[in-house]
Amino acid sequence: MNRLSALLIASLASVSSFADWEVNMPRGVSPTANAAYDLHMLIFYITVVIGVIVFGVMFYSIFHHRKSKGAKPASFHESTTVEVIWTVIPFVILVGMAIPATKTLIMMEDTRDSEITLKVTGYQWMWKYDYVEDNVSFFSKLDNKSNEARQLGSKIDVKKVDNYLLNVDNEVVLPTDTKVRILLTASDVIHAWWVPEITGKKDAIPGYINELWVDIKKPGVYRGQCTELCGKDHGFMPIVVRAVPKQEYVKWVSLNQKNRVADKSE
Amino acid sequence: MSTNIDHIKEEHHHQPSGLMRWITTTNHKDIGSLYLWFSLLMFFIGGFMALIIRAELFQPGLQLVVPGFFNQMTTMHALIMIFGALMPAFVGLANWQLPMMIGAPDMALPRLNNWSFWILPFAFTMLLSTLFFESGGPAAGWTLYPPLSLQGGNSMPFVIFSLHLLGASSILGAINVIATILNMRAPGMTLMKMPIFVWTWLITAFLLIAAMPVLAGAITMLLTDRFYGTSFFTAAGGGDPVLFQHIFWFFGHPEVYILILPAFGIISTIIPAFSRKKLFGYDSMVYATASIALLSFIVWAHHMFTVGMPLAGEIFFMFTTMLIAVPTGVKVFNWVATMWRGSMTFETPMLFSLAFIILFTIGGFSGLMLAITPADFQYHDTYFVVAHFHYVLVPGAIFAVIAAVYYWLPKWTGKMYNETLGKVHFWMTTVFVNITFFPMHFVGLAGMPRRIPDYAVQFTDFNMIASIGAFGFGLSQLLFVYILFQTLRQPVTAADKSWEGAEGLEWTLPSPAPYHSFDTPPKVD
Repeated sequence: MNRLSALLIASLASVSSFADWEVNMPRGVSPTANAAYDLHMLIFYITVVIGVIVFGVMFYSIFHHRKSKGAKPASFHESTTVEVIWTVIPFVILVGMAIPATKTLIMMEDTRDSEITLKVTGYQWMWKYDYVEDNVSFFSKLDNKSNEARQLGSKIDVKKVDNYLLNVDNEVVLPTDTKVRILLTASDVIHAWWVPEITGKKDAIPGYINELWVDIKKPGVYRGQCTELCGKDHGFMPIVVRAVPKQEYVKWVSLNQKNRVADKSE
Repeated sequence: MSTNIDHIKEEHHHQPSGLMRWITTTNHKDIGSLYLWFSLLMFFIGGFMALIIRAELFQPGLQLVVPGFFNQMTTMHALIMIFGALMPAFVGLANWQLPMMIGAPDMALPRLNNWSFWILPFAFTMLLSTLFFESGGPAAGWTLYPPLSLQGGNSMPFVIFSLHLLGASSILGAINVIATILNMRAPGMTLMKMPIFVWTWLITAFLLIAAMPVLAGAITMLLTDRFYGTSFFTAAGGGDPVLFQHIFWFFGHPEVYILILPAFGIISTIIPAFSRKKLFGYDSMVYATASIALLSFIVWAHHMFTVGMPLAGEIFFMFTTMLIAVPTGVKVFNWVATMWRGSMTFETPMLFSLAFIILFTIGGFSGLMLAITPADFQYHDTYFVVAHFHYVLVPGAIFAVIAAVYYWLPKWTGKMYNETLGKVHFWMTTVFVNITFFPMHFVGLAGMPRRIPDYAVQFTDFNMIASIGAFGFGLSQLLFVYILFQTLRQPVTAADKSWEGAEGLEWTLPSPAPYHSFDTPPKVD
């Protein structure tokens, strides 16, 4: 038994050398993701306080009102006053949660005044990106290294693959400090587009055009995944967004527009 | 004359033996047992599928199964556990307990009762057989969202037909429950004097009758979309894929409460018994149950906040969903107030009930977090959701069923289970259930989507822990089976009233309870 637990601890210790013990939502780099994080923490702390109080009373009772300590049962079994109190107090707390939640929701759904528009189309099992104003368009799918490693019986150590399952062949490039409107749709089944640090998810649905907006404040590479079951390779259609300063974005656009024109002339 | 009556009585008790006894039985106890054994079998089949899922997720990379089969496992695990393990378990408990609790000889509609059980083995044989089809079983998730579910192989019509059968079985069962409760109560037992378990089942039965036909409608439309050229849900033909989700969850959310309201009834029975004190706030418990049931019909779209509803819709469903916390809170507070200044002992049913209150409340807290739409955009379809609904369904609903079995087992069999083993079972189950499901909160928040067969390496640690917990949980349930069989081998020794603080008409009957519970109705004042 001791050897078993030692083995267990050793194996856990070895995995922690390459992985982290992340227990919480990442802080965001755009106003919508940040607002979601703040709300998440607010509600979490409220529930912790309620939990401590309710479970505290319960455990006090469990330890003190037990027969083995000679407790005699009281006979009370109803009180309208108490019932009203513990109906009203939770209601008031809920109103306190609903106000910031509603404000955030209204902010998130306001896609007006965006500077550029990115159209995202879900396919089984890749994404297509169209930069509506800038005439850039490409497909983006799982990179080859991850794809080889993920096959059943591939014998490749996935821990040695760079960003295993979270890397793509063509990254989405977006400018920082720019309100970007993202339009979502799908060509076959329902998918969902989610990059946690930038924005919450929204479904990409055939026949629908959904809207999201992001305004990335920090240059960097942000990764996400499809989050609506879309068939056998649902787990293998990641999203990678590279956020770059505006000038760099302009350069990237001109470069890729050229490629696109070159493709056409072929 | 008197010999004649004796003869008639004997005729009345005559029944076939062996297998035919169980196939032809119209007795509420026999049918209750059939339901409970069937549920236990399904619990292990569904659990085995869960272990395949957890084995594959033990480490990143695919080691055991291909993604398509993985999706079949998640889909079937849910269908088996919801329709095969939990719902039949509660119907089994209703069958055993309702007549004894209201002072009736049997259920109101015994032949219907037989039929509603015997539909189940056929339905599940058909459902499980799809796993052996060349094109495999259903793989679009238990929610069967189109267009994905329309792409499925040959399993689809079989799955839909078996769901229709299960729905029919549930509706028949619900009709029987309502007819029994409304017509067969002992004289003097007014509605507001009924045991709380009876109340929760009455309300659950109405939910079943209202919700199951909606599911039937939704899946029938899927069927015609696939085979008869309609386009209810296909955008290319002018249909609407989101419509299915609205209809499905209009069934799906009441379904969630179908799985938990009877559990509330069980906990509200066991907590007072082992606190040796009457249930606090009986009236408010009844009203809270009824409000939860009514609210369950106006919150459905919180399962689909990310489909792109209008802002007003999102706000409406956020508010109504948050509102459910009020009656649910009232229930938890009432349980705690029942324990307060009681005289508690901690036998196995009580331990499971206490764990229920704590762990179900944790599931309620994550439910409240999920209700907050802007935060739900982050939580939706991640392991945080998986953690949430497993907390309310495993240490929630399943713990309540286990508690009920331990609590009423001496009444059913006249035999007492081994208390020490029961406690070992409790502690193993409770420790492992948390090792399994608590880390899922973490990986979900850190960004791991649900329903994926393979994951990025940063999610490895907690997935390993969850998998270890799952195998521990599964093995602990073998102990439960052992305890059950060991109890059945005991001689009859249990007292009529097996627990010092137990209340209710069932404890006035001998243990084991007679075949026809109350030949003459008891008087209730």
